[in-house]
Amino acid sequence: MKLHEFQAKELFAKYSIPVQKGTVIENPQQLDGLSLHFPLVLKAQVLVGGRGKAGGIKLAKTPAEAKQHARAILGMQIKGETVKRLLVAEAAEIGAEYYLAFIVDRGAGRLVAIASAAGGIDIENVARTAPEKIAKVALDPFLGFQSFHARGLGGQIGLGGALLTDFVKIAAALYHLCTTEDAELVEINPLAVVGDRLLAIDAKVIIDDNAVFRHPDLPKNEELTELEQLARASGLSYVELDGEIAIIGNGAGLVMSTLDVVAHFGGRPANFLDVGGGATEENMAQAIDIVARKPGVRALFVNIFGGITRCDDIARGITASPPPVQMVVRLTGTNEEEGRKILQAAGIHAYLDPEEAAQRVVSLVRGR
Amino acid sequence: MSVLIDRHTRVLVQGITGYQGEFHTGRMLEFGSQVVAGVTPGKGGQRIHGVPVYHTVEEAVRETRANAACIFVPARGAKEAALEAISAHLDPVVIISEGMPVHDVLQVVEYARRSQVQVVGPNCPGVTSPGQCKIGIMPNHLFKPGPVGVVSRSGTLTYEIVAGLTSRGIGQTTAIGLGGDPVVGVSFTDALRMFQDDPQTKVVVLIGEIGGSAEEDAAAFVKDTMSKAVIGYIAGRTAPPGKRMGHAGAVITPSEGTAAAKIEALQRAGARVATLPGEVADLVRDVLGEVTQ
Repeated sequence: MKLHEFQAKELFAKYSIPVQKGTVIENPQQLDGLSLHFPLVLKAQVLVGGRGKAGGIKLAKTPAEAKQHARAILGMQIKGETVKRLLVAEAAEIGAEYYLAFIVDRGAGRLVAIASAAGGIDIENVARTAPEKIAKVALDPFLGFQSFHARGLGGQIGLGGALLTDFVKIAAALYHLCTTEDAELVEINPLAVVGDRLLAIDAKVIIDDNAVFRHPDLPKNEELTELEQLARASGLSYVELDGEIAIIGNGAGLVMSTLDVVAHFGGRPANFLDVGGGATEENMAQAIDIVARKPGVRALFVNIFGGITRCDDIARGITASPPPVQMVVRLTGTNEEEGRKILQAAGIHAYLDPEEAAQRVVSLVRGR
Repeated sequence: MSVLIDRHTRVLVQGITGYQGEFHTGRMLEFGSQVVAGVTPGKGGQRIHGVPVYHTVEEAVRETRANAACIFVPARGAKEAALEAISAHLDPVVIISEGMPVHDVLQVVEYARRSQVQVVGPNCPGVTSPGQCKIGIMPNHLFKPGPVGVVSRSGTLTYEIVAGLTSRGIGQTTAIGLGGDPVVGVSFTDALRMFQDDPQTKVVVLIGEIGGSAEEDAAAFVKDTMSKAVIGYIAGRTAPPGKRMGHAGAVITPSEGTAAAKIEALQRAGARVATLPGEVADLVRDVLGEVTQ
């Protein structure tokens, strides 16, 4: 779960990582009576990247200018995301810009600390064009991140004196935040020199979805659509896509593959929905209900390979919640015979071959 | 022959008294696995399907000489269960549990590395060596002994592809489900190395998906080291970037994880990559030079 910048900065403040003084507003009127010193920076709070280029970050020298920018940015669309909040902060006179992050390195199976003197720009670009400007250390979870790690990294990116002392403190705090809050990524870019101190100008935090149960106080996930949230609450894994054939299957790999097979035969999937291992009749009925609610869905393809999941449970779910659109079912595996009988009694044919079934659902939508 | 587990494997099930643990212990026994012990703290002294239950792994190992672990403990307790199994030097330690926090997984894989224990998973369907032993939840009837090694990040997609092999009369040495999380123990490369060294394995099927770069790493290994043929399939060609497709690890980031990059890497390494899951068995049959009836 990705946090908004202002949420990430609230965490930073909690862990004593210095950030600019600021506040969040939802309408321009809230600018009145803020006890912040001009100039101010107004930053669109969206989860997509590239907000600066899209005009979502503006500097205001006067209250009138701030109002004007706030009106322009609030409600703006940035890559399909509507701006609902603005972070208003005291603008800082920025010197050198650095980069600091802790990231779960999947390949290495370790948490990695990354620092660079080339801050303020996309670190992926730095990694590609000037890898020598990036300092890294892979961490042992039983040793943690010690101050010698931080001193080493800081030295490698050219920090010394009071700035290095600052960097060591901030890095230790950021590591503490990362492990305590179960983040899979924490990033400060830029970590800028302001006066004689380091300040976190931007903040990115992604919390591990699997660890949300340990953090009941975290803000709610805003990356999900309404239907995606509904699905999650029902224990279903659902992702909205922009096609017209709704897809339900069991197992993430099988469902991903089902989307590919449907696309291969010329269909456009409307969603990804994994009912999960051991799905019950109720799960299946809920799944059908959710995928059918999405506007533009013209057919449903159910692809089940029963393992822990029993075909008879799936069949009962289907008959309990018949979809409002045409449906093609492929059913095989555990309790296949019972499942087929239940569907047959309801007048539903169950395919055995997934590719044949995929072709059938595509032809239904194409009206052939 | 087989890899990771064989007829000498003596399985200890952690979380054996839970719904999944009890159910799958029954299926493992039906498969012919030697399930010799169960562990559920506080429930020692019970029997599940005739298998004695102990309070601790250490006690269970002392009494039963168990040498491998299968973990069904729910995510919030899975780290401790895995550390306990590794501490007792059970090998492999197969973690079926879904939803483990990644920082917990980092500790488990680090401790396993240090202890030279192989961890499979988490969030995986387990390991099956047909005719010898099964650890985990893969359906029993799909498998038959034969010359194909199977390694995958997905459960049901593996079943689909294994069923295709078996229906054409092509059996398997071992099928390994690596798990769908961003960080897992045994990797594609580790599995390929095991299959390369296993004399009975003639062909390897690698079933990957979007997210991370484990398939690309595996491709480099195929190119540099493998003499055996590899048939690939990658799920998620139509998955949009930035969305987690069911598995915690199945997400395309700006820097990595597309199906196209994985397919290209495998093809460049000399692997044949199927477009549809149904084509995998035919490619394997071609490589094995067998004729179906």
